[in-house]
Amino acid sequence: MTTSLTQSLSFYFSSTDYLLALPMLLLTLFALGILMIDLLLPKQWKQVNALTALAGLAFSAAAVGKLHWAYHVAQRQGLPFVDTGFMGSLLVDPFALYFFYLFLAGGAIAVLMSIRYLEIERENHGEFYALLLFSIVGMMCMAAGYDIVLIFIGLELMAISTYVLVGFLRRDKRSNEAALKYLLLGAFSSGIFAYGLSLFYGLTGSTNLAGIAQGLQQIIATRPNDPIVIFALLATTTGLLFKIAAVPFHQWAPDAYEGAPTSVTGFMSVAVKSAGWAMLLRIFLFGLYPLRSIYVPMLIFVAIATMTGGNLAAMTQTNLKRLLAYSSIAHVGYMLLGLIASDGRNNSTGIMAILIYLLVYTFMNLGAFAVITSLRRRNIIGDEIDDIAGLYFKAPTEAILMLVFLLSLAGIPPLAGFWGKYFIFLSLIQTGHYVLASVAVLYAVISMYYYMRIANAMLMRQPIEAEPVRLGPSMRLALTITALGTVGIGLFPNFFINAVNWSLGLTQGSQHMAALLR
Amino acid sequence: MVPLSYYLVLSAILFACGVAGFLIKRNIITIFLSIELMLNGVNLSFVAFAAQLNKLEGHIFVFFVMVVAAAEAAVGLAIIIAVFRTRETLNVDRVNLLKL
Repeated sequence: MTTSLTQSLSFYFSSTDYLLALPMLLLTLFALGILMIDLLLPKQWKQVNALTALAGLAFSAAAVGKLHWAYHVAQRQGLPFVDTGFMGSLLVDPFALYFFYLFLAGGAIAVLMSIRYLEIERENHGEFYALLLFSIVGMMCMAAGYDIVLIFIGLELMAISTYVLVGFLRRDKRSNEAALKYLLLGAFSSGIFAYGLSLFYGLTGSTNLAGIAQGLQQIIATRPNDPIVIFALLATTTGLLFKIAAVPFHQWAPDAYEGAPTSVTGFMSVAVKSAGWAMLLRIFLFGLYPLRSIYVPMLIFVAIATMTGGNLAAMTQTNLKRLLAYSSIAHVGYMLLGLIASDGRNNSTGIMAILIYLLVYTFMNLGAFAVITSLRRRNIIGDEIDDIAGLYFKAPTEAILMLVFLLSLAGIPPLAGFWGKYFIFLSLIQTGHYVLASVAVLYAVISMYYYMRIANAMLMRQPIEAEPVRLGPSMRLALTITALGTVGIGLFPNFFINAVNWSLGLTQGSQHMAALLR
Repeated sequence: MVPLSYYLVLSAILFACGVAGFLIKRNIITIFLSIELMLNGVNLSFVAFAAQLNKLEGHIFVFFVMVVAAAEAAVGLAIIIAVFRTRETLNVDRVNLLKL
């Protein structure tokens, strides 16, 4: 009896499956562990939860590193590497591994930012770190999902954990309201997304991305303008664009970013956005590739609207978190241009640009949010432009770091942000989208205005209140990591460009992304 | 046997009712119920396709959607209670501290 059960189980699952899922399994284990340990901890020992979370992230990173190494060895010796698991629903290829590293780095920096902040807010409960880890598990499912079931589950796991994180300051009216708006609009967009997926399932008879691509290829060959295909595409695209906060589906972002605890805002603007991008690239470049001629005009409209909406709205903001929310919407607009320029077959510069952009964005945006988080002191909320006024006279190091992050966000060489924009513009010029390229450059210049407004307040104005800015050791570490990342990628881009090329399976001279598309 | 198109039309109507409710209604709980209605439209469409295609994936997806809807309801109601505690209202138009 037991042997037959084991046999039939091993028919479905093998030990490779669990090895591929090890990064997620470890994170889940540590998240559950935090929930248990939190009950036993006395009030003054709550930092242990953060340490456990960091340990979980480190173990998970080690598991990702092991997979990375195995892939490397297999590649060098010409051996086959089994990267699909769980009956073809999980695909841990270099593309997924790259995003795993990105999520883990974003999560670790967010944990470091949160420790002191949560103490000041008097909400340092263990659930915070557990939810953070759970949301990273969801992101990993999104990046490694090769089946719409797994992608949908990952999306929801990430989203539901983030709803709670946004509303974590439950006695604060703004945090509540942000969580409510994020929940309602997020659930609404997930519903539309799922409806689009159900139509694609009905049209192609498969939940696997490869099966969907195959089925759509046949449908497009016989009926090029099938209204149901177009409706399904519209519904799915709406869901995807909601998650990355592109105009006209961006209204939730400024509210959720402003009301959320500042460290969570940083985490959302970086890791949640990267996960949305990973899912979007997989679905658009692979599952829905046969429909590319239909979705590209839509994306051109959305990209221009996103750059316009984000940049113009950011100019009039007085709240720092809200300003950075609109700036992050504008950055999504630039990244969409990369997807418009490149299809991953004939030209891949744009996709590479998106991946580099997400990497540099992780460091520079988290850095900016780390500085804003440290402005939260007793009795001072610290997220208005007035609160950062005269920061240079109170904490010169912090002010200079913030200036570095702002210049990088604006795309000034030799900082990291420059390379993200450079490759996006390069891909546009390579594929002959000259008008889009000039519009993007124009908006990049306009964006200087609102970044420099923050810098102006910081360096030129006198401080309004005298409360000193003190940094805890963990915040110092977070600022050091983000600053090193921002300057390091800017000065030595080659290493990171090679990493991105590896993750897309791009070899010298070839533009076909072997890893992402199979 | 009831043809597939009947189920699909019904699922589309359910989904459209959900979307309309989400956009029109002002009570938070009703809005939340509208979202559940949308998800049920999705479920019906998946089940109908799965029965038509004689495949299992659609049925499995429905189970996952149901689990997701339950989790979302738990978290959503908790957030709604937190909002009600600080404001004593369930009208979305009165939850307007963050400007749009």
